[in-house]
Amino acid sequence: MDTEIFLKSERCKGCGICVAFCPKKVLQLDTLGHCSVVRPDDCIACGQCELRCPDYAIFVDKKVYA
Amino acid sequence: MQERTYEKYFRQNRLPHIWCPGCGNGTVMKAIVEAVEKRKLPRDKTVIVSGIGCSSRASGYMDFDTLHTAHGRAIPFATGIKLANPELNVIVITGDGDCTAIGGNHFIHGARRNIDLTVVLFNNAIYGMTGGQASPMTPLHKKATTAPYGSVDRPFDACQLASAAGASYVARSTAFHVQHLTDMIAEGISVEGFSFIEAVVQCPTAYGRKNKMPEPAQMMAWLRDHAVLQKAWDKLPEEKRSDKFPIGVFLKRQFEEYTKAYAEVIASAQGGKK
Repeated sequence: MDTEIFLKSERCKGCGICVAFCPKKVLQLDTLGHCSVVRPDDCIACGQCELRCPDYAIFVDKKVYA
Repeated sequence: MQERTYEKYFRQNRLPHIWCPGCGNGTVMKAIVEAVEKRKLPRDKTVIVSGIGCSSRASGYMDFDTLHTAHGRAIPFATGIKLANPELNVIVITGDGDCTAIGGNHFIHGARRNIDLTVVLFNNAIYGMTGGQASPMTPLHKKATTAPYGSVDRPFDACQLASAAGASYVARSTAFHVQHLTDMIAEGISVEGFSFIEAVVQCPTAYGRKNKMPEPAQMMAWLRDHAVLQKAWDKLPEEKRSDKFPIGVFLKRQFEEYTKAYAEVIASAQGGKK
């Protein structure tokens, strides 16, 4: 899928909501406990992570080709 | 990345907010600004008033004219603002303790007067900021630091309380149902009169850890599984209702709005009519 995931890591508190609600297991908490993208190719841009993130730290866009 | 449109309503230099990891207040705050955007309220004609508590920190992160007031007294302050300048859109952010315990009286009288405020109650079922004491909305038999064997006090149903006290619009939603919540708040903003929206939020730190739900995602799944839309709730047999709660619009009615009634009094007093 052509999707882009953006993280504003300075806002992330590592609550794990995005990780738990991702249907394709794209996200994982890294060693510092922050959200990180581990399987970007599996992302289907459903937007669950962005919708549910209480800290506005993750954004998903569909890639746009000019 | 395209910057999200709701970001302009936040005070960027104040983010990230102070709430615990996984706290649902952030989700509700976003739902409020999205509802404001949906209703196209001008930012300099919108006032956010909040009381004291976890939820009430929200006013500090929102880039409107904001007022962080005394504990439980958000509605009286908001009443003053609305009466002084009725063209302002006043949104009150309050918590379950702030609204139903410390400010319980102000809440029912705000509803009784039917003044055009939009009150959003963040119900996390506990006093989170002070260390997890039981609030008037802690469900029966749930644990808190002041109720180690489970709360024996029956909780308030704030929606029924607002309906009985005379509100014009009463709704409930949760931090899991983000879009539903945004719609509920947006509708509340457009209703003329006292609008009350209860947003059930997860509190993994103070409430969840005491009640076997320490993970934020676990609490959100609980909200998903136990919130029932009003229409389905009506059909739900009594024995299945025990640990579930209804969400949706409970009440929408029209009464004379307080500032309009007051404007008539002012006009007749100044015009010397009898």
